[in-house]
Amino acid sequence: MSMNRRDFLKITGISTMLGIGGVSAVQSLRNRVEASQVMPNPEALTAKRWGMVVDMAKFKTDADYQRCIDACNKVHNVPNISNKKEEVKWIWEETFEHAFPGNEDEYLAEKIKELPFLVLCNHCDNPPCVRVCPTKATFKRESDGIVMMDMHRCIGCRFCMAACPFGARSFNFRDPRPFIKKEEDMYPNPEFPTRTKGVVEKCTFCYERLAKGLKPACVEASKGALLFGDLEDPNSEVRKMLDSRYSFRRRPELGTRPSVYYIF
Amino acid sequence: MYNGGKIIIGLIIFVGLVTFPILYSGGKATAKPDPKIDTTEILKLPENERKCVESKDYMKKEHMKMLDQWRDWVVRDGEGVYTNAEGKMFTMSLQNTCMKCHSNKTKFCDECHNYAAVKPYCWDCHIAPKEKES
Repeated sequence: MSMNRRDFLKITGISTMLGIGGVSAVQSLRNRVEASQVMPNPEALTAKRWGMVVDMAKFKTDADYQRCIDACNKVHNVPNISNKKEEVKWIWEETFEHAFPGNEDEYLAEKIKELPFLVLCNHCDNPPCVRVCPTKATFKRESDGIVMMDMHRCIGCRFCMAACPFGARSFNFRDPRPFIKKEEDMYPNPEFPTRTKGVVEKCTFCYERLAKGLKPACVEASKGALLFGDLEDPNSEVRKMLDSRYSFRRRPELGTRPSVYYIF
Repeated sequence: MYNGGKIIIGLIIFVGLVTFPILYSGGKATAKPDPKIDTTEILKLPENERKCVESKDYMKKEHMKMLDQWRDWVVRDGEGVYTNAEGKMFTMSLQNTCMKCHSNKTKFCDECHNYAAVKPYCWDCHIAPKEKES
């Protein structure tokens, strides 16, 4: 069979076109099949950008703080490691100078300076931890702005811990399981996983509870001292509170745009 | 042959080491794995509802791929409900869906995984259901 160059090029061209077209047709079909298989839980709470308001005026006694912290630790099987260098924190108390470093108000009221502040992951709109993660184990959910952790992908490099200006991330230097207080020989919450040695963890705004239509555990336990809602919905609880009271955020000068606000 | 004695002794030791596993097991195959699906949770279900998320055949071959897809859907895409071929809906969760029925991890998961010498790291984080001593 003889073929001149012109015919040869025509045939190659057509078969390439067919090949590319065929692959993309199959691909789009497959995506459609997969997409129809899964959907979000219809009961889930949704928002464009979740945010929290911490009403410091409502934290009066130690018990008010501890209630929120305990609720979180219990729901997420957070270990209690007493060694400060290895402790794991999702939501915790911080002194004013550590929570708001760089504040230069010399004559700020002593009672505010001495007040412990309840701090947690700020779920920044522009999260530096996400930018540095080499495996995309930590990522910002496009749907609602939650800065998530995918423990399956975390390789424990701790870049995110170095990048986070709020110290909101903790590394598991050892297997956390022996440090989780068991109740009746069972982990506090058998429905939520623990973590393993060598991964970084932090607050996830209770994504697993939101998916079931529940508010975060700390918010539920706070008796109104913590408000939770959609920052992009002008009628939400948090936006109404921010409209009526003066609020401030941790280290706004860094431009990470935290989603956790503090009010007095 | 130079150093003949040493070489022959070496060869005997080598052949011994290589054939040891076969000789040790007496040439018989180890028992085939027999995963059990007779947990009380499954037996409690009425006969016609005793079905897994997908068909038995599919689950046997593809459960690892399915679990991999599930975790991406839930954690990364925020989609938590799976609709199977029959249109029935399930919450995608290893701990709260799979293991609620298959509450016998040692007799269900480990049975085959040990036989095939695969070590999935699910249980480093996920909490295995408490099994009754039997």
